[in-house]
Amino acid sequence: MDFGTAISNTVAALLTLCIFSFLYKDNPFYKFAEHLVVGVSAGYWVSILYINVVIPNIWQKLTAGKWWYVIPTILGVLMWTRIVKRWSWISRYPLAFYLGIVTGVAIPLEMQTKVLEQIFGTVQSFAALHNSSTDFWAGFNTVVVVIGIITSLVYFFFSKEHKGATGSVAKVGIWTLMIGFGASFGYTVMARISLLIERIQFLVNDWLPGLFG
Amino acid sequence: MAENNSRKNIFERMFAIDRRWVYGFLMLAVVLSVIAKPIIPIPISREARSIYDFMNSLNSGDYIHLAMDYDPSTLAELHPMTRAVLKQCFEKKIKVIITALHQNGPGMAAAAIDTACQRHFELTGYRPESGKDWVFLGYKPYPILIILGMGQNYRIPFPNDYYNVPLDSLPMMNGIRNYQNVKAVINISATSATDWWITYGNGRYQVPLAIGVTGVMATDYYPYLQTGQIFGILGGLQGAAEYETLVGTPGKAVEGMSVQVVGHSIIIIFIIIGNIGYFATRKKSKLGL
Repeated sequence: MDFGTAISNTVAALLTLCIFSFLYKDNPFYKFAEHLVVGVSAGYWVSILYINVVIPNIWQKLTAGKWWYVIPTILGVLMWTRIVKRWSWISRYPLAFYLGIVTGVAIPLEMQTKVLEQIFGTVQSFAALHNSSTDFWAGFNTVVVVIGIITSLVYFFFSKEHKGATGSVAKVGIWTLMIGFGASFGYTVMARISLLIERIQFLVNDWLPGLFG
Repeated sequence: MAENNSRKNIFERMFAIDRRWVYGFLMLAVVLSVIAKPIIPIPISREARSIYDFMNSLNSGDYIHLAMDYDPSTLAELHPMTRAVLKQCFEKKIKVIITALHQNGPGMAAAAIDTACQRHFELTGYRPESGKDWVFLGYKPYPILIILGMGQNYRIPFPNDYYNVPLDSLPMMNGIRNYQNVKAVINISATSATDWWITYGNGRYQVPLAIGVTGVMATDYYPYLQTGQIFGILGGLQGAAEYETLVGTPGKAVEGMSVQVVGHSIIIIFIIIGNIGYFATRKKSKLGL
């Protein structure tokens, strides 16, 4: 391992240990590392935005004589009026422009991909149950999915008191939701331990052998 | 009476174990496991295999788009996926268009590509070249607009690549206009970018889409697998380990999954201890003891 890599690995290792020290209790080493992360991230982000947006999308366009790029530039600058209370109303104009575009683009596609496709997928697989070629477990999964959807929807139906048959169906809905949350929690535990494992792999396999040859 | 007090104390202590004991045991178990390097078999899920089979079915010279939408905070889970996908692409001579639509990701993505190229060189003696075997377009803000823009023409949001070379001067980009020229998008992500690829990439332009996401996100995207909006999913370190196994280079993810078993066992043990303490103290409080 070359000297530069050894130095950078040592800095990374010490910062990792500073962050881990929070597991015992809050302390100045943790605070230092935390503030460093926030500062470096913000600085990196600003430079990335400057290089990737301000230079190519404003400076290079305007200097190339594409004067109409001054319009989005002015709209962007007007957003900054929010920091002066007297002029903050001006920022509503570029904001309205932005919201109008995003809403127009988003609503039809969000509706199509997040709602209609999901309904279609559920109904289609349920309809496929009539097909004799559908294997048993695919059919079983479909029935479970449909029951889960309907009972979960009933749980969120608050216009009728959850008693009697409605209450029983809603209870199945709760169980469905709990199973879903359980699966999410399991994956979350795996995700968090993955982060720990990667850091330990770095400390044990990369840093320490590099440090002591 | 003394025995009762002693048992009560034990259960109360079980119910309220100091979290530092949990962290300490977990840390110790993980460190020992990383040193011991146990290896467990990795079963391959259908959703991981479908991505591998799809990639394997591509011909030399076909194009895919690899969207690396994550930053260093999640590289533990996602970097192994990226490395495995790039390895498969380089081996099969699939050309890769790469983007990094996370503001803290482009530097990390460039380093990951460089490492993948170096590994391919060490294995085969050939180093994949920028502009010929892969193109890294880098980062631009507002991913929704970028995804929509690339659907029309890659040159709209990215007239130049990450290294400031005009796209039109890169041999690999000759005749490559938009998603119609790529066989699929593989989105490896730790952000809402996955939603945007589903809605604006697949939904608007019908480009085939597969995803690799962090464990925290994985369950949210299974409904899209059922509807066919995505054709495969790699979930967290497990998904990464599956893909490493499929491409035949078990690495950090496979090693990590062995450690996961130990880590999960420790957590399960503490959950059981906490629950025993909870139910025992609840029973006693109900009895008024």
